[in-house]
Amino acid sequence: MKDDEYLDLDFKDIGILPPLSRREFLKLLGGGVVILFSVGDPLILEAQRRRGEALPDDFNAFLRIGEDGRVSCFTGKVELGQGVITSLAQMLADELEVPLDVVDMVMGDTDLCPYDRGTYGSMTTRFFGPPLRAAAAEARAVLIELAAEHLQASPSQLKVKEGVVYHESQRQKKVSYAQLTKGKKIARRLKGEAVLEKPSDFTIVGKPVLHRDAMEKVTGKAKFAGDLREPGMLYARILRPPAHGAKLTSVDTSGAKKVKGTRVIEDDDLIAVLHEDPEQAAEALKQIQAQWMKPVVKVDEKNIFGHLIKVAPEGDVVSEGGNLAKGEEISKVVVEETYLDGYVAHATIETHTALAKVEGDKATIWASTQTPFPLKGDVASVLGLPEKNVRIIPPFVGGGFGGKTRNQQGVEAARLAKLSGKPVQVTWTRAEEFFYDTFRPAAVVKIKAGINGSALVTLWDYGVYFAGSRGSEHFYDIPHHRTMAFGSVWRRTPGSHPFGTGAWRAPANNTNTFARESHINIMAAKAGIDPLEFRLKNLKDKRMIRVLKAAAKKFGWKPAKAPSGRGYGIAGGRDSGTYLAHMAEVEVDKKTGQVKVKRVVCAQDMGLCINPAGAKIQMEGCITMGLGYALKEDIHFKGGEIFDLNFDTYEIPRFSWTPKIETIVIDDREATPQGGGEPAIVCMGAVIAEAIYDAVGARVFQMPMTPERIKAAMP
Amino acid sequence: MSKTIRFKLNGQAKSLTVDRERMLLWVLRTDFGLTGTKFGCGEGCCGACTVLVNNEAVRSCQLPVKDVDGKKVTTIEGLAKNGDLHPLQKAFIKHDALQCGYCTPGMILNAYDLLIKNSRPTLKEIKDGMDENLCRCASYQRIVQAIQDAAREMRGGR
Ligand code: FES
Ligand code: FES
Repeated sequence: MKDDEYLDLDFKDIGILPPLSRREFLKLLGGGVVILFSVGDPLILEAQRRRGEALPDDFNAFLRIGEDGRVSCFTGKVELGQGVITSLAQMLADELEVPLDVVDMVMGDTDLCPYDRGTYGSMTTRFFGPPLRAAAAEARAVLIELAAEHLQASPSQLKVKEGVVYHESQRQKKVSYAQLTKGKKIARRLKGEAVLEKPSDFTIVGKPVLHRDAMEKVTGKAKFAGDLREPGMLYARILRPPAHGAKLTSVDTSGAKKVKGTRVIEDDDLIAVLHEDPEQAAEALKQIQAQWMKPVVKVDEKNIFGHLIKVAPEGDVVSEGGNLAKGEEISKVVVEETYLDGYVAHATIETHTALAKVEGDKATIWASTQTPFPLKGDVASVLGLPEKNVRIIPPFVGGGFGGKTRNQQGVEAARLAKLSGKPVQVTWTRAEEFFYDTFRPAAVVKIKAGINGSALVTLWDYGVYFAGSRGSEHFYDIPHHRTMAFGSVWRRTPGSHPFGTGAWRAPANNTNTFARESHINIMAAKAGIDPLEFRLKNLKDKRMIRVLKAAAKKFGWKPAKAPSGRGYGIAGGRDSGTYLAHMAEVEVDKKTGQVKVKRVVCAQDMGLCINPAGAKIQMEGCITMGLGYALKEDIHFKGGEIFDLNFDTYEIPRFSWTPKIETIVIDDREATPQGGGEPAIVCMGAVIAEAIYDAVGARVFQMPMTPERIKAAMP
Repeated sequence: MSKTIRFKLNGQAKSLTVDRERMLLWVLRTDFGLTGTKFGCGEGCCGACTVLVNNEAVRSCQLPVKDVDGKKVTTIEGLAKNGDLHPLQKAFIKHDALQCGYCTPGMILNAYDLLIKNSRPTLKEIKDGMDENLCRCASYQRIVQAIQDAAREMRGGR
């Protein structure tokens, strides 16, 4: 099983008990109709069970139809800009047959919402969607039962529209949800399968809906963690080492104390200054004299790949079939290549931020986080408080992409608040953000593959080092194949990376898809045929064939053998259950190696699409963001020292890079909804690599494909 | 050095006795509680902190507060007039030109400056004029559409 697609990052959080027992909880909730349900990928639940960790309780999400008829859904998920606040509300409204604007989403607050492991991995819609719909269907059934009693009719005679239940043949007989819930206190636990609305009856799902939070965001009213204020609040700046692994040998904070109004906190490894003015805090920090002992440098940008291969742990077989020796024997041409990928930062525009308040034995932390519940556990253990005394509230979060899962800033703010007795806000500087980022890991992929005389792939021997297995499995029809994963972003191998690494939008898959699809393109060129035709010859997977054809139609793909000089690229990919095909057109300046991406077409099959407008936005975001890691983004470092301090050296995509983007969503109304926040990013490396090759004949095997690397690869 | 600085902030006269060298960004966010102006990089690289000074887009993380003495400062909170959203704000909503929304105030104010100087910008002029404002959620394509739409609206639909 590809467990790393499903298992946690490195959370130590499983098994945390919910703050209240179910009875206490229901008492607090007040009146109305409440449906408790549980959300989770069956694989995760199974994995937890195997580790002897049962789910905290028998539900982890709930919805309520209040006595005023308003519908609230309480979930531990967080809105990060991916639009779930809209898509979940949409699903709920549709199933319950209420207007979208009576639905409130209460998200991530650890006191109000049931336990959740975190918002990442495109899992929200995939695993939350179906049970949420089932719960809504259950609620509708309860309400119809109540209405049947109220209207003296049989449930089968009743219909619902916009929150009003009416008698099918006697329309004047009707009653609203609000009238039905008044004075009621009904709680049900969702068991088994509820009868879901048929996709053909959907009224809201599948229709474009604009972001529900946009109004607050265009007027500056939306509050992010750094925008919150508490009386007496102080801003913190924290002493940081010059390199990961550096040891503090001496420190003199007397200079900082001279900055008027400064409080200096020294507590073990945590040395910080607090001030009511953030600029004065920065000034005070500058006055601290610290000596550090830096560790011996072993790795740098150049030798890291050899190092990783050397320290790689034993590999796991992701999938295999046939016999590799046999495959090699029947191959006419065998191609062996190595693909490299550097470290990439999350670089959200909002840096890690938290505000903490500790009063007596209670702590409240507002934090920019994708994982409020794990943070709650961390804060409780660091402050020595019972978990029920810690509350985490995630306000709006300024982007995550997997980068806001470790919560170091939340723990720092909590410790400083406790030590100082004042509310404390920690906002990382951009340099701190680059230093403590959990980068997408540098990785190596080695592929040996062969084709026979009829351009059929006969051998596929694939090994990925340190990226992880997600997206490593090929989807071609190959008789003799093996895919291995050595080391993973999820399980840290000691002595591998000189700093933190972690999940980055579609973890592992960007690296894997770059390597696999580049290799397929190389083999198509060796076979002397068009890369689309080559794929179709080697594919049986219907969904992949369908997206490739859809993209080709939109793009106007004309078959040609690469390099054709046109600058056309193609790649296919799979992620989070979603299928993708990308086509791109680029222009390469032969002299400078500069690439201009002119056009990208992407076809995506994501099963039932809940919010096509949202899906398209996510696809455009993925495509544009993917240009960064494909062409420019690369962390510069030596040992544990990070040289990138700001966006001047670490370049991310900007307006002038944006190509014309055309997206196609293949909506499969009968299929289950699949992930949409990440998939469309995975093909960007390979599609651009091929377009560069097609333009000028330069085959680049390392991302990012910088002008220097392109020039070096020029024929 | 503390000094009294007088300026118009979102249409209201303000006077403030502060260290003249403090950056406008932090004065807005801490002294005035106007948190719509965001911190993103602190070094002029991202544009999240963009405000208007005498109707020109300026990076407030790089602007000492003394430089706004006697001038007119507009932040995102001051863009809507009497509860009516500015055409740019409306267009950002209509085109879904945001995801996490963190870069949005800076984007809108930078676009405001662009459209004041050039009421009929070409696609290239929009991309060039906006190029120093970063959006990690990469809503660029939508932002461009929103700006084009707002420009049309501000020209009175022509
Ligand atoms: S915060 Fe001022 S430009 Fe980035
Ligand atoms: S919308 Fe997230 S940074 Fe622009």
